[in-house]
Amino acid sequence: MTGLLSGFILSLCVLVALGAMQARNLFTAVMLMGIFSLLVATEFLLLDAPDVALTEAAVGAGISTVLLLSALALTGEKEQSRPVHQGVATFVIVVTAILVVVATFEMPLLGDPSAPVQTHVAAEYIPMTRDLIDIPNIVTAVLASFRGYDTLGEVIVVLTAAIGVLFLIGPDAPDPRRGAAGSPRITEGLKHHQPLRIVGKAVIPFILLFALYVQFHGEYSPGGGFQAGALFAAAIILYGLLEGRPAAASIIPPRVLRMMAAIGALLYGGVGVVTLALGGNFLEYNVLASTQTTAQQIGIIVIEAGVGITVAGVLLAIYHAFAARGRA
Amino acid sequence: MNFILDYFNYWIFVVLLLIGFYAIITRDNLVKKLLGLSVFQAAVFLLFISAGKVDGGTAPIVLGGDWDAVFTNPLPQVLILTAIVVGISTLSLGLAIVVRIKEAYGSIDDVDAMARGGDLRPLIGRRPGVNGDTPSGNSSP
Repeated sequence: MTGLLSGFILSLCVLVALGAMQARNLFTAVMLMGIFSLLVATEFLLLDAPDVALTEAAVGAGISTVLLLSALALTGEKEQSRPVHQGVATFVIVVTAILVVVATFEMPLLGDPSAPVQTHVAAEYIPMTRDLIDIPNIVTAVLASFRGYDTLGEVIVVLTAAIGVLFLIGPDAPDPRRGAAGSPRITEGLKHHQPLRIVGKAVIPFILLFALYVQFHGEYSPGGGFQAGALFAAAIILYGLLEGRPAAASIIPPRVLRMMAAIGALLYGGVGVVTLALGGNFLEYNVLASTQTTAQQIGIIVIEAGVGITVAGVLLAIYHAFAARGRA
Repeated sequence: MNFILDYFNYWIFVVLLLIGFYAIITRDNLVKKLLGLSVFQAAVFLLFISAGKVDGGTAPIVLGGDWDAVFTNPLPQVLILTAIVVGISTLSLGLAIVVRIKEAYGSIDDVDAMARGGDLRPLIGRRPGVNGDTPSGNSSP
């Protein structure tokens, strides 16, 4: 039954993706991409990956749609139609298709417990989480402790991308249209749509509460810093959409957001430096407290907080950069 | 029927991958290329998460201290969870570059932009008024 449902959702994914790529109006394409993300998130849930589903729903369907729309407001939403080099493109696609389809027959069957991916290092993580860390969410344990170096790297990548965006279109970047009146849709938000405003503002406190729950309960249920940061940013962006960007900027000024982005990464790296100073290896949480599991849990909670602060700061700083472009 | 269900996720992965790939190579619109890249990326996410699935398994979260239950592989989930957030960061960096190209060349179509690209000065960070010339692209006083 789950198999059929999953097959149905995956087929919808393909149809929606085709529609998005075919649409000549980019606004339509972006909206279809939002639906596509939500479908993919549902499929992740069916594949027993609630943490990933939560992230995809918040980031893919929520924040990236807003960022794409803000970008479209600056670039225009019509795509020119022009004859393409069908022959070459089709040849490349067909060759790639044959290669990849042949390769899929070498793959282990879906759900096979003896597949290589299940039997190597992954099999060790579950008993090790029980013995060494003792938190119920194994994904969080692997993310924040066993693969803590990876995650630190990802946080730095996210921070670097935000720095790049701010250099390109941030408040200090050159802007040929600075001082122009700008689109009232973004500056003023949806103030004249009363039902949207009232319902939206009623929902925001719950999104914020849920973000905090996901942050601080991430060791026990699906969640963690990445999801919490994205949800927090989504709540503030929703407020910005309803009341206009300046209103969102008055809650947390962009200057503070840029500091948040850096402070989160610093907090994460700082834990590593503290463990070094206490005589352990970089990010070896065991030296943080006298008992193994307590020390690991302290380490995980602190670095997850760092991740959450950075992700929220980065996503909101990027949102402000796009929404304020040409309208400052 | 089982044969189809066993491989269905992989085939969908292939189809999505190719849809994204086709859009990247045939569309001239830069935003559309980025959307194609997102579809391509989602296909890879789907492959990873599908690979981690275990028959009869449950989500890798321990309920009621039952550590002996069969769990889905947590490792691909960790990798993809972080990749999604990195994905949106790179998407926004790409969009920022597209916005600057639009401002400099007045188009987000790469053929158009290249046709107007004889003069590379607009891309160099030049503040209005510093060099005395007005920026090309959308002009407003």
